[in-house]
Amino acid sequence: MDDLSFTVNEGDVYGFLGQNGAGKSTTIRMLLSLIKPTSGEINIFGQNLFTHRSDILKQTGAVIEKPDLYKYLSAYQNLYIFAKMSGMKVTRQVIMQQLQMVGLAERAQSKVKTFSQGMKQRLGIAVALVHNPRLIILDEPTNGLDPQGIADMRNLILQLSREMGKTIVVSSHLLSEIEIIANRILIINKGKKVVEGTAAELLDPAKTIVQIDTLNNIDAKNKLEQTKWASFILPSADTIKMQMNKNGIPELANDLTAMNIGILSIQPRHSLEDYFLSLTTQQQNVDIIKN
Amino acid sequence: MWTLLKIELYKISKRPRTYIAFVAIAAIAFIFQFAFKADGQNYMDMMLQSVKDTFEFERVKAINGYFMCYIILNTLLIQVPILVALIAADSISGEANMGTLRLLISKPISRTQLILVKFAAATIFTVLLLLWMAVTSLIFSLMIFGADDMLIFRSKGEESQILLITKDDIVWRYIAAFAYATVALTVIAALSLFLSIFAENSIGPIIATVCIVIVCTIISNINVPIIDKNVKPFLFTSYLVGWKGFFYIGTTEEGETIKGSIENWPAIQKSLLILLGHIVVLVSASVIVFKRKDILS
Repeated sequence: MDDLSFTVNEGDVYGFLGQNGAGKSTTIRMLLSLIKPTSGEINIFGQNLFTHRSDILKQTGAVIEKPDLYKYLSAYQNLYIFAKMSGMKVTRQVIMQQLQMVGLAERAQSKVKTFSQGMKQRLGIAVALVHNPRLIILDEPTNGLDPQGIADMRNLILQLSREMGKTIVVSSHLLSEIEIIANRILIINKGKKVVEGTAAELLDPAKTIVQIDTLNNIDAKNKLEQTKWASFILPSADTIKMQMNKNGIPELANDLTAMNIGILSIQPRHSLEDYFLSLTTQQQNVDIIKN
Repeated sequence: MWTLLKIELYKISKRPRTYIAFVAIAAIAFIFQFAFKADGQNYMDMMLQSVKDTFEFERVKAINGYFMCYIILNTLLIQVPILVALIAADSISGEANMGTLRLLISKPISRTQLILVKFAAATIFTVLLLLWMAVTSLIFSLMIFGADDMLIFRSKGEESQILLITKDDIVWRYIAAFAYATVALTVIAALSLFLSIFAENSIGPIIATVCIVIVCTIISNINVPIIDKNVKPFLFTSYLVGWKGFFYIGTTEEGETIKGSIENWPAIQKSLLILLGHIVVLVSASVIVFKRKDILS
């Protein structure tokens, strides 16, 4: 990690984005004191992590990468053990409530080795939540889940945030998921912060990517380059991509028609994925030029 | 800390591999008991061949429960380190292999606590193993062969010695011997725990522990003055069989055995202190290394 600094406010669903190897898991491991940073400090709930580690971790629940649990123990036993380790008084009712919440109450006595990846993931979430933490850290929580499991996980995160007021830090490579659930987002690349802000700030309508498909894209691109739209055209091989304010799309359509260009489609791609790719690709290009 | 220890013991009790050691010990004890019940007479004839003209024994009574236990312990206490390593070497590496180590570390328990609890659990396992050994090798042997005075065959330099301990002077020696063996095997548990910190599966630390025990045992048996003086005193393997010292009964100048005595008590005390020193060093090293370790698996 290189000079990474960010703040998560209470009640945030904080999306943590980056390509593979960007440093997401390393950062999360630092937040959970699995790795010590060589310099700098981490403060959680206003306390230094390394001097108040136990107090902080009592109020923190986490799923780190894949939810590995004791395969030779049952779901109930796993949950019981980790609840005790978190320092809480455990009752059968509390354990069963948690299992109920993640849909595993009927498999409470089944050994974890008989569980599917999705069931393990859900049990991992139950382990993270059983001691009612204020902060929940989820590292790639949708890994290995089927579409229904991903939707359930998304709903669970939203429920924890909206109904229970939990603060959630969630890392994912599924940008569309982060876009839906996170109110604030941090993008890192190669251990460095690229950008941090609210979803609304990052998805600025003035920077919408517009993809145009015509009967003859090469001819259309040449014609556009002779007009005021030239400065909005993004480099691309066989498609026409422009970064522009989405309010300008009707005018662009009129101009294309006026130039006798046969329009097949004009698609505003206003997603976090486009934004993320544009940022990380730009940075990679800069690095390549530097080298 | 107590809660953590209970959790640790619960986890160990739920693993099938835990019971391998208990089954192995029972099997070995049973094989010895069966063999001596069937053909112990020939063994005694062979052992007493050189002295049969000097002493008179009622040979059948020489094979009794106490004697059987001594024979079994002589064999088992060399092999038991492997059984202790099976559990202790899995302490940290097993968690890393399952992926549960990062979850443990992210709980509000300190790394020092975790190591101490793992060590305590491995020690309790060792104690239980030795208690089981006492049940299978001593109590079962007494039930099968009965109790009587015990003969000890001892090689002392180039001489062979036979010691006779009366049956009312034996039980306390076994209790002391088992207590000593617990300390000796706890060194193995501490060594395995230390090695398990560096690995991400338990096979490596188990093999490494066994290799270290074998190499150190070989060195402990090399009779070269420079090794005797400079190396052996520092090797824990030089003291692993120190439990036998409780059965080397003291004698008068006329060669009469002194009931309730031990030939060389200071040597046993020194051995115990060195073994305890090994435990302290290994557990402290485990804590220091583990506190600095980045948990990646």
